[in-house]
Amino acid sequence: MQFFEFTEEQVMLRNAVREFVEREVAPKAASWDEEDICPTELFMLMGEMGINGIFAPEEFGGTGLGHIERAICLEEISRHSAGLGIALMTHHLAIAAIQYYGNDEQRAKYLPDLCSGKKIGGLSVTEPGGGSDFIGQKSTGERKDGKWIINGRKCFITNSSVADIDVCTVRTGTDEKGRPQLTAFILEKNMPGHSAGRKEHKLGLRGSVTGDVIYNNIEVGDEQILKGEGAGAQIAMTTIAEVGRAGMSAICTGILRGCLEESIKFSKERVLYGKPISKLQAIQLIIAENKLDYDTACLLTYRAAGMKDAGIPCTAEYAMAKLQSTEAAVNAAKRTMDLMGGYGIVNEYPVGRFLRDALASIPSGGTSAIQKIVIAANVLK
Amino acid sequence: MIETIVVCIKPIPDPACYNQISIDPVKKTIQREGIPTIINPEDRHAIEEALRIKEKHGGKVVLLSMAPPSAEANLMEGLAMGADEAYLLSDRKFAGADTLATSYVLAKGIKKIGGADLVITGSQTGDGATSQVSSQLGEWLEMPHLWSVIECSIQNTKDALVKTKSENGYMEWQAKLPVVLGVTREINQPRLTTVMGVMKARKKPYAVYGSDDLSLEEEKIGLAGSPTQPGDVFTPDLNRSCKMVKGSSEELVLALLSKLREHGINPEQYTAGCELGVAE
Repeated sequence: MQFFEFTEEQVMLRNAVREFVEREVAPKAASWDEEDICPTELFMLMGEMGINGIFAPEEFGGTGLGHIERAICLEEISRHSAGLGIALMTHHLAIAAIQYYGNDEQRAKYLPDLCSGKKIGGLSVTEPGGGSDFIGQKSTGERKDGKWIINGRKCFITNSSVADIDVCTVRTGTDEKGRPQLTAFILEKNMPGHSAGRKEHKLGLRGSVTGDVIYNNIEVGDEQILKGEGAGAQIAMTTIAEVGRAGMSAICTGILRGCLEESIKFSKERVLYGKPISKLQAIQLIIAENKLDYDTACLLTYRAAGMKDAGIPCTAEYAMAKLQSTEAAVNAAKRTMDLMGGYGIVNEYPVGRFLRDALASIPSGGTSAIQKIVIAANVLK
Repeated sequence: MIETIVVCIKPIPDPACYNQISIDPVKKTIQREGIPTIINPEDRHAIEEALRIKEKHGGKVVLLSMAPPSAEANLMEGLAMGADEAYLLSDRKFAGADTLATSYVLAKGIKKIGGADLVITGSQTGDGATSQVSSQLGEWLEMPHLWSVIECSIQNTKDALVKTKSENGYMEWQAKLPVVLGVTREINQPRLTTVMGVMKARKKPYAVYGSDDLSLEEEKIGLAGSPTQPGDVFTPDLNRSCKMVKGSSEELVLALLSKLREHGINPEQYTAGCELGVAE
């Protein structure tokens, strides 16, 4: 057994992404949060950097790296803007769905623009009737005159109004056991009948857009189906499990690093009783817990990513990483606010944003209860 | 035709770790072991300028550094930015070198790799800040050299049209290639390193040369070749004496002005945007 260490190239990658973040993300993160806007203009730059298509094949404009490198990118970005992190994470969901389940024509048609950032991607699964119970979704795809007619409404969809490519799941029938059969379609923003609905006014992750997506008699051909009729549930579950939760885990790892770094910085600068508060035991306990939470999140997140890159099933490992990192991020942010005293509730400091972003991360990609069910199911089988 | 643009870079201690740096009280040198390094910020501007010239006029960008073996990581970073080759001049005999000995070794390194049509460095480093290497390099190489460069364009691949910053403005120069330029941060905005650049870096030509590879005169390298010897290096005492003064706003201002004049500072030479009181 070896201890986990990044390769030289991964360290260089981290430094390159960190430089991008310090220049283009960190100075603006607070304003994106305050104004509740998604900096869509950065997708082209992230495309040039190679961040969008980090795990996509080079032949389609990707960088051909893996999910460890993806996690590094998301952690670095989310250290300052978890909102942009989740916007990018969702963009990756669309890339992953098409890359892993699309045919050659679909990959050639959609991946280059998604990797370059010319187009932004989204994944629409959740509905008002249920997120955890996504099999029970009500949106439909009806076969008519050789075409599919898509109707329905999705909610809590990240990138809802900014996504050009929308990978969605709809009910297209029932299987032989009478259970709903879902099919995944690639829809495009400019298709007649496709529109974004209400934008949610969120507590956190406000550097991203979340809202409804509405399907009103959208007509598409078979060429827009991913993998095949009835494969929607598998595509949704696997993509969410191993790319969605993976992303949320990396995002909260970034938030945890933010909490750790801000708590260290503040404690060294703040002087009370004639010395920096970093000399006080009560403060040291907080910093120790922040460090522990950050390292734990790193180990779980990057372990699962390593398994994904090695082709080893990792649904439970990602569930553990997501559960641990999201819940820990909330605790660490609250702890860091306590450390900062009155300054912790002043918006000049990012820790309030860290707390809100961490809270908003918990239900994304499956609630904590769902993660525990996934973990238990894996252990008890 | 421009064939080779050499960029000399220096790894310096990461400013984020300055609190970990100590000074050897005997040798008067900075203890750098274990301190992470970054490419000297102005050298990144030098790399960027070289890349822009290459994109316009062709040729290759070659990085050169005289530094410990750990500088390989910094050179890889430069290759990831887009440079084509990198060479590290590293040998225990180079230790303790001042700018003259450093520039001598760099000049020998440039000759070793086949010379250059253009040599670009940062104007000064973030640690030593002596601002001498680029000029000394020009002298060793017998090339014209310009320092504090804020603008540069190449005409007909033969001439460099250069603007340098001076205290009161700028000066315009025309220099025949080959030339050595020490650039400042004002010259450009360094490009971001891409993921693709990182992946390609390790595959680019890279070599390490020691003193035996460079035909050096021993008396010109390391401590022996360094006419500059540090005097005293110390951490200044930043304690301040404090005197509390009470009174109305006008009384406080008059007291402050009086104190400034006592210490030889003439407040009248500064524009304050208000009338300054007269000492009583």
